[in-house]
Amino acid sequence: MYTVEMKDLLVIAKKKFKSRLLLGTGKFSSPQVMKKALEASGSEIVTVALRRVDLENPRDHILGYINPKKYLILPNTSGARSADEAVRLARLAKAFGLPTWVKLEVTPDPRFLLPDPIETLKAAEILVKEGFKVLPYINADPVLAKRLEEAGCVTVMPLGSPIGSAQGIRTRANIEIIIQQAKVPVVVDAGLGSPAHAAEALEMGAAAVLVNTAIAAADDPVAMAAAFKLGVAAGRQAYLAGMIGGSPLARASSPLHL
Amino acid sequence: MNRREFERIIRGEIALPDLMVAARRETLKHFGRTIQLYAPLYLSNECVNSCIYCGFNRRSKIKRVTLTLEEALQEADCVSREGFEHLLVLTGEYPSKAPVSYLRQIITELKKKFTSISIEVYPMQTEEYRSLIEAGVDGLTIYQETYHRPTYQAVHPDGPKRDYDWRYGAPARAAEAGMRKVGLGFLLGLYDWREEALKLAEHVSSLLKDYWQTQLQISFPRINPAETNYQVKYPVSDADFLRLICALRLLFPEIGFTLSTREKAAFRDQIFQFGMTQMSAGSKTAPGGYALDAQSGKQFDISDERTPQEVVAALRAAGYEPVWKDWERILG
Repeated sequence: MYTVEMKDLLVIAKKKFKSRLLLGTGKFSSPQVMKKALEASGSEIVTVALRRVDLENPRDHILGYINPKKYLILPNTSGARSADEAVRLARLAKAFGLPTWVKLEVTPDPRFLLPDPIETLKAAEILVKEGFKVLPYINADPVLAKRLEEAGCVTVMPLGSPIGSAQGIRTRANIEIIIQQAKVPVVVDAGLGSPAHAAEALEMGAAAVLVNTAIAAADDPVAMAAAFKLGVAAGRQAYLAGMIGGSPLARASSPLHL
Repeated sequence: MNRREFERIIRGEIALPDLMVAARRETLKHFGRTIQLYAPLYLSNECVNSCIYCGFNRRSKIKRVTLTLEEALQEADCVSREGFEHLLVLTGEYPSKAPVSYLRQIITELKKKFTSISIEVYPMQTEEYRSLIEAGVDGLTIYQETYHRPTYQAVHPDGPKRDYDWRYGAPARAAEAGMRKVGLGFLLGLYDWREEALKLAEHVSSLLKDYWQTQLQISFPRINPAETNYQVKYPVSDADFLRLICALRLLFPEIGFTLSTREKAAFRDQIFQFGMTQMSAGSKTAPGGYALDAQSGKQFDISDERTPQEVVAALRAAGYEPVWKDWERILG
């Protein structure tokens, strides 16, 4: 069987991962189902909303189900609507011994949970200076992506479509530009409703995808997690194989020296 | 979905089973298989109003109580021991017995025990809301009761509550003050629910435009006989109740919905997955009802008398995760 080369690793902030599927932990019917879905997905990076975690309770039910030796726990600042709140949440996680990697989410709009570019950049600048590895959730804005990269973020995470909407990659044109320009891994986050959407992101050259709702709210979350694993693998393999019909922007072509 | 489709649903032009499938799917998409739990804590049943459907009606011959700080904390400990992190604090309307300063003092202490505190009290000025937010409040619930003005006047014969517009403006004033979560609703049974639903949708839509940073919520309180023996003039059947939930879920897929223990256990278990995102459990609706055995008058009758643990077990059996904590003190 033809498989993706073992050397094809996802590298974020010098840390290597075999899986290009990041998982969110919200919306699951139970922590047991979540744990099984994590296993089926093959994921190695798992994001947890700090507002859902009871940091003062060491037996907290979400963290208790995620083995920190097996997964990189990526605390996220969900619920923060300003740079100040996001920074304080990240510091809180650090104070309680969670990894200093943070998925930065600043969403002043509680309805569509769309990220605030100005506050996100502000928080990223502060957290990078404090030694955090910052993975910012952003709208698919190529200029913002470069600004965040220059600020020292270790990825950029543009949204495919609004969180939980399952509409797939509606921001394709801008994500293509982000991927073309990025020097850090681009992780497509939010809006992916099916393994086909995940495959599409990887085919475009995204380094990884982050999925939550499409798995957690599926009829069978564990089976869906396995399906996403296959979708991600297929998309990555297709990208590496070089598709004939791909967008000219999405494929790195050798410059001509005339 | 647009307003015209919403009206068609409300008028009964689309079959309920079709609505239920769509509403359940939308709820799952946006909120997953989780239900956030909260408990009410009544601080006072003293009231200067005479809302004819309410147990706290000033004409009701009930034992009147306003909890002291110590009593409130005893009650709070009882609620906290059950595992609750989200608390809803309630009073009647008697500003000289339960003034803003009283609420401020108690909420400051309660905030040490609970992650999130909402209030359901009399309408206030923006500055007053601001002062309670500073004390630790992050949510407000205020029902218009009815959006039909003639009915509003009829069921609120006297007292400050007669002022329809002052109440209608309360959610906007709270949002203006920076309240994170604002819950709206109407009391099902006071007037034709279809007309009420259209007005509620209008109220919510205008708030969404003016206060896009405020997390709006909708509750579905259906009148239960309180101590007043109010005769419900516009009873809402279970099927219509469900139709209302589905219609609003499809109109506002991203907004949180609340279901209280006014509804029977079996009914709550049947319908929550068609729209609900938070539910109360183990509620007592009289001040001192948890720990003090004060024999004080209650606001309405509870229909779901299960303990919080029994509600949790029912949620789990239905494949849903009960969420005790979904907030962080840092978030205001």
